[in-house]
Order: sequence, then C-alpha cells, then structure tokens
Amino acid sequence: MVSVAPGLAAWGMMTGVAMVKSGMSVFESLAMTLLVYAGSSQLAAIPLIAAGAPVVVIMAAAFCVNLRFVVFSAHLRPYLMHLPRRLRMFVGYLTADISYVMFTRRYHQPPKSAEEKQAQLAYLLGGCTANWSSWQLASLLGIALAHSVPPHWGLGFAGILALLGVACSLASTHLRVVSAGVAGAAAVAAFALPFKLNIVVAIAAAVALSLLLEKTPLMRREQG
Amino acid sequence: MNQTDFWTLGVIIGLAVVTVITRSFFFISSKSWSLPHWAQRGLQYAPIAALSAVIVPEIVMTQGHLVSSWQDARLFSVAAGAAWFFWRRGAGQAVLGTIVVGMAVYLPLHLGLGW
Repeated sequence: MVSVAPGLAAWGMMTGVAMVKSGMSVFESLAMTLLVYAGSSQLAAIPLIAAGAPVVVIMAAAFCVNLRFVVFSAHLRPYLMHLPRRLRMFVGYLTADISYVMFTRRYHQPPKSAEEKQAQLAYLLGGCTANWSSWQLASLLGIALAHSVPPHWGLGFAGILALLGVACSLASTHLRVVSAGVAGAAAVAAFALPFKLNIVVAIAAAVALSLLLEKTPLMRREQG
Repeated sequence: MNQTDFWTLGVIIGLAVVTVITRSFFFISSKSWSLPHWAQRGLQYAPIAALSAVIVPEIVMTQGHLVSSWQDARLFSVAAGAAWFFWRRGAGQAVLGTIVVGMAVYLPLHLGLGW
C-alpha cells in the first residue's frame, strides 16, 4: 500500500483538479469523488459531461472503462459469496484496483473455515479503507487547490495524462495495442457523429476487430 | 464559481450506479452463471479501447478539427509521458511519472511558447 500511495495520491489529486477545471461546481466535484469513486471512469466522463454528451453515451463509456472490475468480480466471487448480498455489493463497490491486487496477491484460495472468512474480510476491508481514504483525501485536496491555479494554465490536461498512464498500463498484449489504435483512430474519424456516439462506435469497432484478429493464425500464438 | 445543475448530478448518480454494478457484477446474483465465451474474450479489449477513444480526440483535435500544426503542447506532452511510461514500466510509479513528465513538457510549451 505504501509503495503505491504516491501514485494513487497524484492520480486522485489530478482527478480533483480535472473535475473543477472542466467546469463542474465544487458541490458536483465533491459528489462525484465521494459517490462514483472510480478514477478512470470519472476522468473519462469529465470531458463528455463538459461537452454535454447524452447520458447513455457517458454511461456506456464509463461502463467500458470499468469492465476490468467485471473481470475482478468474477475472481472475487468465491471469496465473497458467504456474505449477504447487500454487504457483498458494498464490499465490491469499495474494492478498487489496488485493494483487489493486494487482496488476491495475499489470498490464493477462497476461505473455508469461519476464521478464514473473517480474516480475509478484515484484510480486504482494511485495504479498501486505506485505498478509499488516500484517494478521497487527495481528490479533496485537488478540488480545493484547483481554484488557486489560473484556468489558462490548462492543468485539466493532467487528467488526460493520468488516463494515458492507465491506458499504457493496460497495453500488455499486441492485440490490446491494436484495440487502442483502432479505437483512437475511429473516435477521431467518427468525431462528427452527434451525441458523442464516436466513443461508442470506436469501442465497438476496436473490440470487434480484436476478436476477429484473435482468430487469425498470426495472433493465435499470443493467447494465453 | 461554477454552477451546480441537476443534469450533472443525475449523471454523477448514474456513474455511481455503474461503479457498483461493474465492481460487484458477478456476485450480485446468488446463482452461479457466466458470460458467453465471446463476451469474456471481448472484456479484455474494451477498457483500453474506451480509454483511447476518450484520450485521442482530446489530444489531436481542437473544436472538432484535427490539429493542423505540430506546434501543439499536447502532442509533445503525450509523447514524453508515454515514452516515460514504457521506459520505466515495471519500476513502479510509472503512471505518476507519466503525469509528471507530461506536465513538465506541457506547461513550458503551453505557457511559455503559447502552443
């Protein structure tokens, strides 16, 4: 947790700055950081909100950015199914990237005995609390500081750089790089579409092409 | 001071629901189930596609048009940030470095040269 805290804090702070710099009010920025609690989907939604994109497009973009959590949830399912539904959804909501990575690195097997269940839940919730508080503190600081920096500095661009860093960290296979390239090109080519539909078109085109390329012999050896 | 409006608050609540649904996707239902195979495969390409679809137009376009000049602080900033990431990958704090290096290139060009 200590090793990743500076990066997390910088990212949270930039998200705070980017929200305010995009034209959101302090109340809206506070509501967003405290309720949404998902840096990359917040950063992806910020330019779309500023452009007045339709709600459906904003939700679709946020959902796609968050799809990695769907994969995490499949992994966490056997660890959490012993809890009542509301509690496990609450724990799920709090489990962001770092808490997930720390938890699954430490526990390779789902709990069997009552003590194991308790110990694992305590570890997970402890990690979530640390992750949540450092993120929220940094974000609040960013919201507070954003007003003291003149808008023409363009500090909101740091939000795009944070997204760029996250995108780079996802670029772990050739096909993912292809997916990013296709989506970026398609989003620019289809920019004239109304309602920011270029985002949705770009994601669909990139995923479809990647799934097709996956079937070709050239790419088959890459699959693990 | 920016104004608060109900549309934005509604979007924020919607985004919070998206967070809850995606983070607890496979343990909302008590029944055991799984996605079709193609959807599971597709899951690994969608997040980076979504990020790229948001990032790229923010970098290479100004008010709906492709940038016509290479004298744009954003291009150099992104190139430097990405180069840093792939150079320092695995060393930890690569995302932090991307932001810091990118801004270190962006601010002088943007404020100093007006790019």
